[in-house]
Amino acid sequence: MSTTSSRALGTPLRRVEGRAKATGTARYAVEHSAPGAAYAWPVPATVARGAVTAVHCADALAEPGALAVLTHENAPRLREPQDATLAVLQSPEIAHRGQVAALAVAETLEAARACAAAVRVEYAQLPHDVVFRADHPRLYAPEQVNAGYPTDRERGGFDAAYAAAAVQLDATYRTPPLHNHPMEPHATVAEWDGSRLLVRDSDQGSSDARRTLADLFGLDPEDVLVVSEHVGGGFGSKGTPRPQLVLAAMAARVVQRPVKLALPRRLLAPLTGHRAPTVQRVRIGADRDGRITALAHESATCTSTVREFVEQSSVPSRVMYASPNSRTTHRVVALNLPSPSWMRAPGECPGMFALESAVDELAEACGVDPVELRIRNEPDAEPDSGRPFSSRGLVACLREGARRFGWHDRDPRPGVHREGGLLLGTGVAAATYPVYASPCAAEARAEPGGGFTVGINATDIGTGARTVLGQIAADALGVPADTVRALVGRSDLPRASVAGGSSGTASWGWAVHKACRELRLRLDRDHGGAVPPGGLTVTADTTEDVRAGSEYARHAFGAHFAEVQVDTGTGEVRVRRMLGMFAAGRILNPRTARSQFIGGMTMGLGMALLEGSTVDPRFGDHVEADLASYHVPTCADVPDIEVGWIDEEDPHLNPMGSKGIGEIGIVGAAAALTNALHHAVGHRFRTLPVHPDTVLAALGAL
Amino acid sequence: MKGFDYRRAGDPAGAVAAVAAAPGARYLAGGTNLVDLMKLGVEAPDLLVDVGRALDDRIEEGPDGSVRIGAAVRNSDLAAHPAVRRRRPALSQALLAGASGQLRNTATVGGNLLQRTRCPYFQDITKPCNRRDPGSGCPAVEGAHRDLAILGASDQCVATHPSDMAVALAALDAEAVVLGTAGQRTVPVAELHRLPGDHPERETVLEHGDLITDVLLPALPPGARSGYRKARDRASYAFALASVAAVLEVREGSVHRVALAFGAVAARPWRARTAEEALRGAPATAESFARAADAELAAARPLRDNGYKVPLTRNLTVRLLTDLAEGASR
Repeated sequence: MSTTSSRALGTPLRRVEGRAKATGTARYAVEHSAPGAAYAWPVPATVARGAVTAVHCADALAEPGALAVLTHENAPRLREPQDATLAVLQSPEIAHRGQVAALAVAETLEAARACAAAVRVEYAQLPHDVVFRADHPRLYAPEQVNAGYPTDRERGGFDAAYAAAAVQLDATYRTPPLHNHPMEPHATVAEWDGSRLLVRDSDQGSSDARRTLADLFGLDPEDVLVVSEHVGGGFGSKGTPRPQLVLAAMAARVVQRPVKLALPRRLLAPLTGHRAPTVQRVRIGADRDGRITALAHESATCTSTVREFVEQSSVPSRVMYASPNSRTTHRVVALNLPSPSWMRAPGECPGMFALESAVDELAEACGVDPVELRIRNEPDAEPDSGRPFSSRGLVACLREGARRFGWHDRDPRPGVHREGGLLLGTGVAAATYPVYASPCAAEARAEPGGGFTVGINATDIGTGARTVLGQIAADALGVPADTVRALVGRSDLPRASVAGGSSGTASWGWAVHKACRELRLRLDRDHGGAVPPGGLTVTADTTEDVRAGSEYARHAFGAHFAEVQVDTGTGEVRVRRMLGMFAAGRILNPRTARSQFIGGMTMGLGMALLEGSTVDPRFGDHVEADLASYHVPTCADVPDIEVGWIDEEDPHLNPMGSKGIGEIGIVGAAAALTNALHHAVGHRFRTLPVHPDTVLAALGAL
Repeated sequence: MKGFDYRRAGDPAGAVAAVAAAPGARYLAGGTNLVDLMKLGVEAPDLLVDVGRALDDRIEEGPDGSVRIGAAVRNSDLAAHPAVRRRRPALSQALLAGASGQLRNTATVGGNLLQRTRCPYFQDITKPCNRRDPGSGCPAVEGAHRDLAILGASDQCVATHPSDMAVALAALDAEAVVLGTAGQRTVPVAELHRLPGDHPERETVLEHGDLITDVLLPALPPGARSGYRKARDRASYAFALASVAAVLEVREGSVHRVALAFGAVAARPWRARTAEEALRGAPATAESFARAADAELAAARPLRDNGYKVPLTRNLTVRLLTDLAEGASR
């Protein structure tokens, strides 16, 4: 595999669209004007399970400006989608509260709201089951879990080894439903031109959006154009097409005008996915020095009755630590709740909260420093598969992080470090995230007037993808970065994979690199290094390169260190500092990479201390429906976050030598914080989030 | 959101006349809560009478040290005024502990007092709520009530009043000047809001058309100190889990004068008269403060998930009064 020479890569270039975003000239989906556009507003179902028996639209259609009310009876028929959550208004069945029962379309946004408010829906309600329990009688073993991982894995004999272990740890950890809540809601402008469909959408992959629309409406994909030029975050919830995309296209067809649909914040929870709650039992058997001899990680979660999505929480225990005997399992129950979906580091994020908490507990039980205990259990090869690691920087991250954090000065005794009415503590946890890549196509063009353009339907969801792709292209072409323009976010560009799985830069960059190297070769070979009068365009496809795979286990690793203070009177927890050290291959742009790591760690802080949705058993929805009640961290919550990385030279990844960085920042961050909380107060917090009431109860019980 | 008329009032009397004449009319000032509620469908007025210019937006300090605050004064301006910041830090601290900078720049004093509960059921018109829709029921009693009331609630309603500012005003013996069709009167801020009882829909003692035009703060005795403490899930932009405002004057080691109010525990800022009674003349010690808080909180009737508010309110009270007694906050 060839690698790039390095000039642009590794430099902290600013985002090329930064100025446009900061000055408000960058337009997001529904900010695009579409002459004659109508506006749509959903009518959410008010029962958790049942069927629509009647939709009374007369009053709604009498509202000034009303154009149409789409219902399951009159909405355009769709072909059956792969993702059943996209079969909107195709049947009277209601699978969860908040499902779209009707869609109002009107001349203005205000008129659409009024029209929606006047729609009266009658339901035949059925009893619902929305309460998730790890001992739910309908719990089952799915065929596989998210990302295609096997449901169960068994190595050696866990039971006997655990029974024989000198030290046994058996603890159960709980994570709540979590919502992605990107700043920009899921939003679409759809416009038909005969049988052609033009869509501006806020998503993490418009190649997928195009294929989905073509499938559902029976169109030639060439007749569908999806533009996602700027996207205000997604965190996984825009990783697959969401209902607003389909609804907007349906509505535009019905009213024969462009239609704008931005989901109201209150409907993001029921309609755009969430991280399902987990109950994870971790058992570790070890010798007295903390060497693990038996490890079991058993996860239970829930999904909806519409679509099975199983958070792969036990999967990181197949990667992290050496253990000759291991059991990792997943169970799931389908409830009458909104469908869960991807949220930043599905599997690793909740799974590593459990595993890294358990490892901390083991370290305490063995009287071994938790950094040292992790190093003692470093495997020679990927434990579950036996494959060698392409590179594994966990120990380096732990050692360097500990040094920078001042870990070794720490008094390990819990509950003894006081400062007035505060208790202080520090904690550590490891991080891991797999290396994924998907086949993509890209084009590279030498412009006759000078400069180069690369095109690929990548999506910049705020990560800096556009900027980094330009850097990759520049180095592959051997030209300065400011001579390269990167075009992304349009489905008429060469097809690309989703901005998900921390795979964007690897997947897209690989194709861009390949196209640029080919362009450079042809320019040099056929044109003496000059650009021909008509310019020269080269396309490349990485399908074969990516599918060739690797005999190596490929993962990024990291280590989090955190210091917290606990107010003993109020139970309030504030984070004093966080340090993340990462080993993620070659860091292509230190500026945008740092933002990604900090963003992930901040989200991990939210997971540990703030975020959590509450299922209302009576109504079957999530209670926290707005950003005033679903608490994401504010600036005041986020301390000094220090980020560093180990320079890894890994030739087994992709031409850039990079691993994904979008998700690993959140993985393990929550455990580092709760481990620090334990150190501060001497109580184990095994259920997230840790709110002041929980802390007060623990302090009272101590 | 249904259509509505909008009228800008030229003076308070004109505003009162306009609203009193129209049953579906509401006053609009900063709009930071009302407009949200209109978007949610909780409020659907026919007419908005904008009093943002009709009401006074000045703060006047009298020669005796009392303060008159125009109802249109913005929260951020009030927090920054020397008569508040220096002499009544409880009020300044409470204001700055609330909402966000942007909201404080827009929200008015009158509107802040009259903001509505953030109970999730009150805000969701697809669900029952006795406060919004009398007789429909209160799902919060069995449902999501971690943030809701432990004092003065009923089985009809367990809402809390969300204001930080009002808690400080209650402790500072503030009065609201109210203009109605029958003329002007004053109402102590601590008595402005009603407890729910069997009629949670009656949120305040105001009648339709009544307009808060000013808030009056009496002079504070020279030796009195005040402060505000708030506990919340996150460090900014979060409603209180519990809060405490206090005015304390200690003479020779004993409590000479005390005013104490609790926030986020009831449908109104909770003036803790029982605790005040227990403290008067008592030694200004943490033990006295704890006993007094316990005496007040003996009346608490927590629900399944909000019992933590009892020790939390108690601990906040002890810490605040201890700090004030030690002169840490003046």
